[in-house]
Amino acid sequence: MRKLIALFMLAVTPALGLASGGHVHLEHANIDPHDKASLQRGAKFFVNYCLSCHSAKYQRYNRMAQDLGLTDQQVKENLMFTAEKIGDTMEIAMSPADANKFFGTTPPDLSLIARARGVDWLYTYLRSFYLDDSRPTGVNNVVFKDVGMPHVMWQLQGWQKAVFKEDEHGGDPIFERFELVKPGSLTPEQFDGVVRDLVNFLDYVGEPYKLERQRLGVKVLLFLFVFFILAYLLKKEYWKDVH
Amino acid sequence: MSLLSWIDERYPLTKVWNEHLAQYYAPKNFNFWYFFGSLAMLVLVNQILTGVWLAMSYKPDAGLAFGSIEYIMRDVNWGWLLRYMHSTGASAFFIVIYLHMFRGLIYGSYRQPRELLWIIGVIIYVLMMATAFMGYLLPWGQMSFWGAQVIVNLFSAVPYIGPDLGVWIRGDYVISDATLNRFFALHFLLPFLLAAVVFIHIVALHKVGSNNPDGIEIKKGPKGNRWSDTAPADGIPFHPYYSVKDIVGVVGFLILFALVIFFAPEMGGFFLEHPNFEPANPMKTPEHIAPVWYFTPFYAILRAVPSVAGSAFPGVVAMGASIAMFFLLPWLDRSPVKSIRYKGIIFKVWIGIFVVCFVVLGYLGVQPSTPGKTLLAQICTVLYFAFFLLMPIYSKMDKTKPVPERVTK
Repeated sequence: MRKLIALFMLAVTPALGLASGGHVHLEHANIDPHDKASLQRGAKFFVNYCLSCHSAKYQRYNRMAQDLGLTDQQVKENLMFTAEKIGDTMEIAMSPADANKFFGTTPPDLSLIARARGVDWLYTYLRSFYLDDSRPTGVNNVVFKDVGMPHVMWQLQGWQKAVFKEDEHGGDPIFERFELVKPGSLTPEQFDGVVRDLVNFLDYVGEPYKLERQRLGVKVLLFLFVFFILAYLLKKEYWKDVH
Repeated sequence: MSLLSWIDERYPLTKVWNEHLAQYYAPKNFNFWYFFGSLAMLVLVNQILTGVWLAMSYKPDAGLAFGSIEYIMRDVNWGWLLRYMHSTGASAFFIVIYLHMFRGLIYGSYRQPRELLWIIGVIIYVLMMATAFMGYLLPWGQMSFWGAQVIVNLFSAVPYIGPDLGVWIRGDYVISDATLNRFFALHFLLPFLLAAVVFIHIVALHKVGSNNPDGIEIKKGPKGNRWSDTAPADGIPFHPYYSVKDIVGVVGFLILFALVIFFAPEMGGFFLEHPNFEPANPMKTPEHIAPVWYFTPFYAILRAVPSVAGSAFPGVVAMGASIAMFFLLPWLDRSPVKSIRYKGIIFKVWIGIFVVCFVVLGYLGVQPSTPGKTLLAQICTVLYFAFFLLMPIYSKMDKTKPVPERVTK
């Protein structure tokens, strides 16, 4: 009987990971949503490198200011290039139709990209552009084959080429490693840090209320634990009658 | 004259209270499995209340729906909490109902005189599935769209009338704004019908009385307990004994519920699927379309049945039949005893097989199909049906133990 119950519980406690990266090994993003400095740097990289082609149209500037520990004035002067009012959301000027003409596809809105793809996928993806002459942008990506996006952060990372090995079963070549061809302005470790900050920020944008949710959860659980003890004692008291 | 007697002269308030709570005698030996009925009602109330408040900010429009959910999550005060309570509540509802049904299965709560009670329960389950399916379209994400596409296409597989039936359900040739609008209307309506059927379920329960882990009819046993000379000796008043006990169950449930809402609302992609954070795109089919976990056992049965002459209809029939089996259950079990406690090894083994198959099918339903997995799904499908269809034979063959006169601990 116990075993039956245990088996049934298996059905209701899903513990199966869903891979979203195809066959490529994803590296651990290792972000810290409590690290405000990292989030602020991530916001800076986001508005400088992403927010011309990609919007984050559900994220408001003043909400970001509040959550990242910045003043409205700081955000207006340093991070707001594409909006007028502090209460605006992070829109872009490029129209979807134009974007489709330029890139062959419309760059997706990034408000929820961390929730759709996962932070590890983003972290690996942004570091996996490699030189490929057959592509119109001159680069391809190991995680997202034939992606329309160019290597936006090439000045920081530099250019790398990918080394593949033959698949014994005759399938697509298997990715082995990257080799830096032309270094960028940052060392690989520094660049990883930049990507980590950026992914941390995207994760924040995906769920700006995440920390609030967890803080409230602790209080709710504390209340419920106390309630549980009282409810249990009440039940015990009443059930003294039942023999 | 007190207010209560003023009301009682005009409305049977005290009478209803006594008949259904204070002087409703339930068997005293309920165990862990008897929490899930009251929990199901709690979750239904949670779904209706959070749902009504979500509807105040939601826009059932293909162009606005996805954004309105994010508006709720970000700009509506406590909107994220309402939404997570609702999305987690949907999965919790199915967990609680599956455990509630399993309780009925092991203790023979579907047996005479509770056949109708069980059938009403299965109707509630079918209504729940319809409600959940329509609700899942509303966020208008990729899985909402493509999941609905797949399920509505099942109706299109019906011979002759299929294609027209599909168009009739969608209100269009594809899932579209028209579909979203009608699904929203029905998703709002069905829970109230469901609540009405729950009321009928309880009326039926209070007519026949609750079963118990021993499967003994306490009404047929000796009379007289410390509360009444005419009540069953093994019965205790529902209120206060089971009302205070159910509060313990409710708080225990709420602790688990809160853990998911506040710390894992996506539940690893099972309660909120990752592709559903991408807006619906009719031009881009996701690599792998999987329904939400609570439908996957039936989805796996659908995929396990091979197409005949290019038509998926046999699979659709099998899927429908797998749910219809539950309606037949009261007449399939021929065992002289109700509870698993007094049934023999054959029945216990079959229950085990059934549970394993249900779980394995649920797992296979979220996986992309491969030849090996399809074979496994086919074996599990055959065993799933064998559990029901062979029951008249094996439940009769089984060696049962003698049932005691009175309920045990």
